Amino acid sequence: MNEVAEMTAPVAEPASGRNAPACDAAVTRKEPKVLVCDGNEAAAWGVVLSRPDMVAVYPITPQSSLAEYVAQFVADGVLDAELVEAEGEHSVLSVLHGAALAGARTYTASCGQGLAFMFEPYFRTPNLRLPIVMSIVNRDGITPQCVWGGQQDAMTVREVGWVQLFCETVQEVLDTIVMAYRIAEDRSVMLPVNVNHDGNYLSNGIVRIELPDQAEVDDFLGTPDVNWHAALDPDRPMGVDPLTGGATGPGPALFVGYRRGHCEGMQNALRVIVEVHEEWARRFGRRYAPLVEEYRLDGADHALVTIGSMAGAAKDAVDAARERGERVGLIRIKTLRPFPVDAMVAALDKVQAVGVVDRAVSYGWNSGPVHQETLAALQYCRHRIPCLSLIGGLAGADLTQAHFERAIAETAKLFDGPCPRTPVWLNAEDR
Amino acid sequence: MFEVRLHGRGGQGTVLAAGILAKALVAEGKHVVAVPQFGFERRGAPVAAYLRASELPMRAMTNIYAPDCVVCIDSSLPRVVDIFSGLRDGGTLVQASRLAPQDIAVPASVATVAVCDAVGIAREVFGRPITNTVMLGAFARATGLVSLEALERALEETSFRDGGLAQNRRALALGHARTVVHRVERREAA
Repeated sequence: MNEVAEMTAPVAEPASGRNAPACDAAVTRKEPKVLVCDGNEAAAWGVVLSRPDMVAVYPITPQSSLAEYVAQFVADGVLDAELVEAEGEHSVLSVLHGAALAGARTYTASCGQGLAFMFEPYFRTPNLRLPIVMSIVNRDGITPQCVWGGQQDAMTVREVGWVQLFCETVQEVLDTIVMAYRIAEDRSVMLPVNVNHDGNYLSNGIVRIELPDQAEVDDFLGTPDVNWHAALDPDRPMGVDPLTGGATGPGPALFVGYRRGHCEGMQNALRVIVEVHEEWARRFGRRYAPLVEEYRLDGADHALVTIGSMAGAAKDAVDAARERGERVGLIRIKTLRPFPVDAMVAALDKVQAVGVVDRAVSYGWNSGPVHQETLAALQYCRHRIPCLSLIGGLAGADLTQAHFERAIAETAKLFDGPCPRTPVWLNAEDR
Repeated sequence: MFEVRLHGRGGQGTVLAAGILAKALVAEGKHVVAVPQFGFERRGAPVAAYLRASELPMRAMTNIYAPDCVVCIDSSLPRVVDIFSGLRDGGTLVQASRLAPQDIAVPASVATVAVCDAVGIAREVFGRPITNTVMLGAFARATGLVSLEALERALEETSFRDGGLAQNRRALALGHARTVVHRVERREAA
């Protein structure tokens, strides 16, 4: 008897058996290997450590060197995975659907127009509840022609139902890719995860990083169990993507059940993301704010909101402003999807004005996407505070400390007059 | 903090040179951020790479606008690119050139000129004008910021497209040995 895959609401189970983490590993942590490399190589090392069974990729700037590093690692035997060089991104993700349904841990990376070409299977991935991990090496949208960084790609697909994490540093790229598998494969989540790292500044920026020990990562990740709920398995025949009956057959309730289960999985992810980051800090000694980072908000009356790699220069600008006696702090969003409402509200409640710096455009609102997210979160805050939109870093444009000092000054102006309804374009005068 | 901007042309290995220098500086205990300039990736087109080194950790992943040192690994590039843009007063130029350092026109911000016939050395070593590792030797000689030993070890960790490790070691050593460093004397205004 065929069964319909149980994807409506995966049951939350406590970590046990093969997913059981040992909690005292930090005491015996090995000396990490040090590398000096760029973000794309760091991401590829994160993939190596996560031991996927299958990787499918199609190269696209600025993701290309990441695809090349992974392919090289497979060719050199550093990564024991099957590598599929598909003819395009639509096939890349379709291949991984089959692999995940057959029980494989899977990885891919794309961006920009590649993500656009991938959209049809991309749309289906979270609805199939497949815990695929995919890097988006964020690239701005065309037209006009552009092969450079920007977050328009990820922002455009933020309602598709993937978990979306955004990294600030090269080290965080590596660490987050490994953590992403624990989040994706958690039985209460079972959703694909995008690990976003900014094209150019993170993908090609070179710094010193530490490579965690493989055995310790193995212990952290456990054995993949990705198709317990939906499988292409002759021993467990089931319909994995049934045609729902509209208003007939099983009625709308079946479809609603899928959607509601998906939303519940997303909400569960908020808890799991926090737990996984906490365990990562305990085991590997590196602590990242899992949802929303609060930087120097104590005593701040206004703050910048940032996302991705821009936070480094922005924090330098905040430090400089603090030196001058300005009461400013910073809020960095790491998890954009599911949106961490409570963590964001807690941060926003500490200040009286915010300026949100986006690396993408929300055409429909004449502002930035993260600005829109912040406005929505403000609904749950104690007070409705002014919230300015600033847009910068499009198409590889640099966002320097000077840009953020201007962003801080523009935000401070909110105390003196009405909040503009149009965005501040931070690179508008840059030649 | 010490900021370096490397100028070259696509295919000469400018970005790779920044990566090798980053490895060497990290091995000597420095914190480093190296970011390539993002532009058209074509053989022969002007390219640049930025490198920031410090005793303290750095957070900003940004380009460099006011370098302490400019390394130009192509002899004809100064005719088409303003390689001195933003150079700090008292700055250093490390230039691939057959000219004597006194014969190179530099703005007032330049206090030290180092020249190396990198094309000549590269032709001798590789049979082709690939000057990146030659000019790393010149940089070490001119600035003293990084040791030749650390650069040699960094070469060992690098995969090269256009030459072997032994060739690049020799290029580095010759670049270091044959660089002439000149301190610019400026008369104070009366």
